[in-house]
Amino acid sequence: MNILECNGLVKRYGPTAALAGVTFAIQPGRIVGLLGPNGSGKTTLIKLANGLLTPTAGEILVNGLPPGRESHGLVSYLPERTSLPLWMTVGQLQDFYEDFYPDFQRQQSQEMLDRLELGTKQKLKHLSKGNREKVQLILAMSRQAQLYLLDEPIGGVDPAARDYILDTIIRNYNPEASVIISTHLIADVETVLDEVLFINQGQITLQSSVDQIREEKGMSVDALFREVYRC
Amino acid sequence: MPWEFRSDAPIYTQLIDQLQRRIVTGVLLPGERLPSVRDLAGEAGVNPNTMQRAMTEMERQGLVYSQRTAGRFVTEDAGRIKTLREDMAREQIRGFLSGMAQLGFSREEITALIQTEGENDT
Repeated sequence: MNILECNGLVKRYGPTAALAGVTFAIQPGRIVGLLGPNGSGKTTLIKLANGLLTPTAGEILVNGLPPGRESHGLVSYLPERTSLPLWMTVGQLQDFYEDFYPDFQRQQSQEMLDRLELGTKQKLKHLSKGNREKVQLILAMSRQAQLYLLDEPIGGVDPAARDYILDTIIRNYNPEASVIISTHLIADVETVLDEVLFINQGQITLQSSVDQIREEKGMSVDALFREVYRC
Repeated sequence: MPWEFRSDAPIYTQLIDQLQRRIVTGVLLPGERLPSVRDLAGEAGVNPNTMQRAMTEMERQGLVYSQRTAGRFVTEDAGRIKTLREDMAREQIRGFLSGMAQLGFSREEITALIQTEGENDT
């Protein structure tokens, strides 16, 4: 069964169509890049998959079901902006995740925090932007979910942390699960992706594997993206 | 040995090239047990499925083999590694020759140049 499936999915905000009829499917075990320029519909798509928005038309299915209570247990969502209470310490956030999600692996999150030398007594609001992003990603990746929806997970971190984050994603996702990474920093994520979805003006313009693009076009996904979306 | 990827070729073929280089240069020794696909993928910064694809191809080429429970190992067949080394040398030479041909050198000139450069080297 497809872990995520969209059929003629439409989302309008007033007269503007953020998604104008999107159809695609993602199988389990894949790391997928959702790539598109600003305002192309990436975040809208992720929010729909997470049940934070409801479709105007068409359907979106997570593991065969519309987003809802059951799918929330399967989906680990990393929002674009910090959604966690800033007054909490890192340790309290671990408690919070442990209470909320039965699939949260505390030990695993602790190992990752230790490796990045992030203390559990620090309050989130006292951390730098990059460290806040790292904490959030560690929490999101420490769940044994079926679908990880990561909205711009590497936006504000330095290159060394970026490498660590991508390494974290590779090593920690469950091989039966899928990961969707939305980003416009394509060159940085390209090698970790199985396939890419190009999204533009609310439509999927390409779904292909990274090596297929490289084989057929003789160029990287990054180069192809720059060509397709040249301003 | 760092992992580096060009942008004009598939990633799995580049993984194969770089793993072959490690075997030929002895960074990976004959009979050595390889890390798991996931750890290798993490180290190289690539997708685990892509690393798996490279491993499957290297198994097909007889350069690595898996044992059901113990993991995956570099071949112990010294002859196979020798052929690989020679294949890689031929590939280097072909690339060199086509580069020299583009610069307009004849075979005789190239041979002469190699001789003088070789003497300067030692």
